[in-house]
Amino acid sequence: MPVLKNISELNDFRKQAKAQLSDREDNKLTIILGMGTCGIAAGANQVADAVRSELKKHKIDAEIVNVGCIGMCHNEPLLDIQQPGQPRITYKNVKPAMVGKIIEKHLLNGEFSKRWIYGQLPARDGTTVEGIPTYAELPFYGKQVRIALKNCGIIDPESIEEYLVSGGYGGLEKALFQMTPDEVIEEMKDSGLRGRGGAGFLTGLKWEFCRKAKNTPKYLICNADEGDPGAFMDRSVLEGDPHALLEGMIIAAYAIGATEGYIYCRAEYPLAIERLKIAIKQAYTFGLLGNNILGSKVVFNLKIKEGAGAFVCGEETALIASIEGKRGEPRPRPPYPAVAGLWGKPTNVNNVKSFAIASQIMMNGADWFNHIGTKKSTGTAVFALTGKIKNTGLIEVPMGITLREIIYDIGGGVPNKKEFKAVQTGGPLGGCLPAEALDTPVDFDSLTAAGATMGSGGMIVVDQDTCMVELARYFLTFASAESCGKCVPCRIGGQRLLEVLTKITNGEGTLADLDEIERISKYMQEGSLCALGQLTPGPVLASLKFFREEYEAHVTEKFCEAGVCEGMFTYEIDPDPCTGCGLCAKACPTEAITGEKKEPHVIDQSTCIQCGACYDVCNFGAVLVKRKHELTVIEPI
Amino acid sequence: MGNINFTINGERIQAEQGQTILQAAREEGIYIPGLCDHPALPPEGACRICLVEIEGQRALHTSCTYPVSEGLVVNTNSDRVRASRKFNLELLLSDHPMDCMTCDAAGDCLLQDLAYEYDVSEDRYQGTKHHYSVNDPNPFIQVDRNKCILCRRCVRACREVNGVEAISVFYRGFSAYIGFGADSSMDNSPCEFCGSCVEVCPTGALWPKMSLGEGRPWQVERVQTTCPYCGVGCQLILEVKDNKIIKVDSAWDGPSNHGWTCVKGRFGYDFVHHPDRLEKPRVRKYLLDGKKKPAASKRNPEKEGNPWQWVEVDWETALGITAGKMRQIRDDHGPESMGFLTSAKCLNEENYLMNKLARQVIGTNSIDHCARL
Repeated sequence: MPVLKNISELNDFRKQAKAQLSDREDNKLTIILGMGTCGIAAGANQVADAVRSELKKHKIDAEIVNVGCIGMCHNEPLLDIQQPGQPRITYKNVKPAMVGKIIEKHLLNGEFSKRWIYGQLPARDGTTVEGIPTYAELPFYGKQVRIALKNCGIIDPESIEEYLVSGGYGGLEKALFQMTPDEVIEEMKDSGLRGRGGAGFLTGLKWEFCRKAKNTPKYLICNADEGDPGAFMDRSVLEGDPHALLEGMIIAAYAIGATEGYIYCRAEYPLAIERLKIAIKQAYTFGLLGNNILGSKVVFNLKIKEGAGAFVCGEETALIASIEGKRGEPRPRPPYPAVAGLWGKPTNVNNVKSFAIASQIMMNGADWFNHIGTKKSTGTAVFALTGKIKNTGLIEVPMGITLREIIYDIGGGVPNKKEFKAVQTGGPLGGCLPAEALDTPVDFDSLTAAGATMGSGGMIVVDQDTCMVELARYFLTFASAESCGKCVPCRIGGQRLLEVLTKITNGEGTLADLDEIERISKYMQEGSLCALGQLTPGPVLASLKFFREEYEAHVTEKFCEAGVCEGMFTYEIDPDPCTGCGLCAKACPTEAITGEKKEPHVIDQSTCIQCGACYDVCNFGAVLVKRKHELTVIEPI
Repeated sequence: MGNINFTINGERIQAEQGQTILQAAREEGIYIPGLCDHPALPPEGACRICLVEIEGQRALHTSCTYPVSEGLVVNTNSDRVRASRKFNLELLLSDHPMDCMTCDAAGDCLLQDLAYEYDVSEDRYQGTKHHYSVNDPNPFIQVDRNKCILCRRCVRACREVNGVEAISVFYRGFSAYIGFGADSSMDNSPCEFCGSCVEVCPTGALWPKMSLGEGRPWQVERVQTTCPYCGVGCQLILEVKDNKIIKVDSAWDGPSNHGWTCVKGRFGYDFVHHPDRLEKPRVRKYLLDGKKKPAASKRNPEKEGNPWQWVEVDWETALGITAGKMRQIRDDHGPESMGFLTSAKCLNEENYLMNKLARQVIGTNSIDHCARL
């Protein structure tokens, strides 16, 4: 395919691709496999092998298409079957052994194994199969509005044709040929899009600062150094829809006047990098990158820079230092990157999702976008829903939705009849919110006001079995280990804060230590060089604010009600619900549990090692976490 | 006076565009404490001691990095700022040996001065402390990472001023430390031992090995002099105790070295007090007696009365004999029989005089200089 030299060549190419794709949909059996990192980790490669051998066995001719993650981690691996003119039917939790039966029943007998089916995506003409819910009818998808994730799991990320057919590069076309750079920036400002990396700064305004900077050349950087534990929003876009990112970046480069760009992606995302490389190569081949983009005078060259795994390189100035080949450490601002960034030149850094959304805003207009979400937080938010929740996965919801809706309606609530305890947003630098805050609307300002942060989209749900002190200690361990070590409050302050928390979870804390937590946190927040140090105390402060009694129980009674902190609780069997089933006695590694069959059992405290095996196996909630000492020991203040 | 107007502690200040708050304050004589900042090095913003409060800003900012702008309102000494500085000093001292009683840097240590100023006397945290071994095998510089506060002055001096890049930071967070080359010893790195790192180190983390235990800063007399080694003429400050040089610093006001010098100037002073050093001129006994050069077979300079024996004389005698011999060669063999070689260690003026001696006194153009070879 030659370089596309103008819009009509682009449109011709799009039409051609559309005809090919429609032809496939109308005439060919297509089997679609979820091949994001999540799917592959769940066994999608083995499923793919099984699909190939089964098709060969039955001599069935089918097109196998690999797509990115559609967001249903709890249902991976996913296998979709789309017969000509028929809806796309999704099978969930597919194991290689199931493939033979699925193909036999579905393709040879025309039957559906409903218990294995998750749902269906209607065919192009709206055709559906009766008795199978459509995605829109399913609670997991019903409340979602997918903009950044629009194509993830739907199109083949390695096919520029499929991206074009989905309307891709339409936003670029509009920006490049119908708008001036200033108009593009105005449109972005009107859309109200706030940076999806976490800070929530107005993207249009950021572009404007960089555009107005005098120096040249100007650089554009995509921050794809997603490092929060349990967060995989950016990875999903990179793996599932890389052209959406490229389109957003080319639009931004045009608006700002940037001629060179970098995608800073962590090396731990090999599949994302591979798909990005393919997409960049395609974009160069078709004249969407390089000199004279689509025949215009716009020049934009794009490279991938692989990060070496430092969390702090997600901070934009550290990221810039890393691209320059220096140690990945933040430098003080001002000057801001818009004035002096990469190689001292004006630089604009945005998150993956911000770019992916920008291309949609150009395509559909600012008004379309700012009518979604709330007034001050327009559009959608992408969350990686993890932890103690039934439907783990990747979701995109309109801003303003409540935490309750996300956790209970979309997430399906807490599994195993356990009680919801808290939700951590904003990753290891965010904060947790308790059950009382579940009706908080999810937007930048409300979450911050409530004591958490929006962050880049991690959402971790914890249940009654989680100790909030230990959880805070976990996040702090991560954040302090990832401190670059440049500034004193973060390097030593983080360590000292961690030591105070460790003292508490070891049962050696005092009430004075709670004040000490607040004191260290305050100075870290106001004196650290970058956001990493300033936000490191966030999770600790939030949990201390909402779960102070739990902290106090740890220091005054040496009691961990969640049964997590070693030596700070005992297990006892409540004779009422105990049915004497004996499961606990079998599970106990030290034979500390005794009892007659069908009679309540008893734990011998002298041999119990508090391993929790009995607690985990009991089906009747009869094993209880109890205080270790009868006497309450109150520490002197 | 500059063109930017702003306010520090209620006082209206003028500064140049591009200056930092700290630079502008320093010019006005307003004191802002700091550890990682050094006037000869680019700012770092690492130690967080020079934090100031800027009106309208949520967090505190480092004055060493914050550029001045019109209308800025800065407070350098509010309770909030002082509390934050004290916190950072407490943190630094919580991972510091607290052995000022025996530390060579005591009295010449910024950390000690600030601990005094901010009344930080004890380790508030009792947490983990680093215990690095102090065993870098190089001949010149003792590296005591336990005393290092990671201000990175040494890193910047080595990289930004000398372009050697022998020093860098290794690992992250609380595990970060200053290392050399590829995390090796100093003598196994590109280090040239110019000692600039020692000069800028604000604590006792980097200290000349030759100076260890030799004396405290308040026990020495500081004598400014010119380095004898080469014609650059570095200004050095000799720290002299009991008439003995115990340490050499490079002078920041040296017009030719601006505070830097090389391994010879900083560490090559041991010859001064060396027992082998000749302190008076010596001549062979036969020259003093005005006799002819005896046969080499009679050479026994150790023996009293031997014509080859070295005899200590005054300068007048020694130079008189030398001048007489030179004149004799010129007269007997002609000026072209003689040549002169001068040294790069000499000053321009000395080289000029040598030139005069060769051309005018002796009458030869055969004069050369070791730097040309």
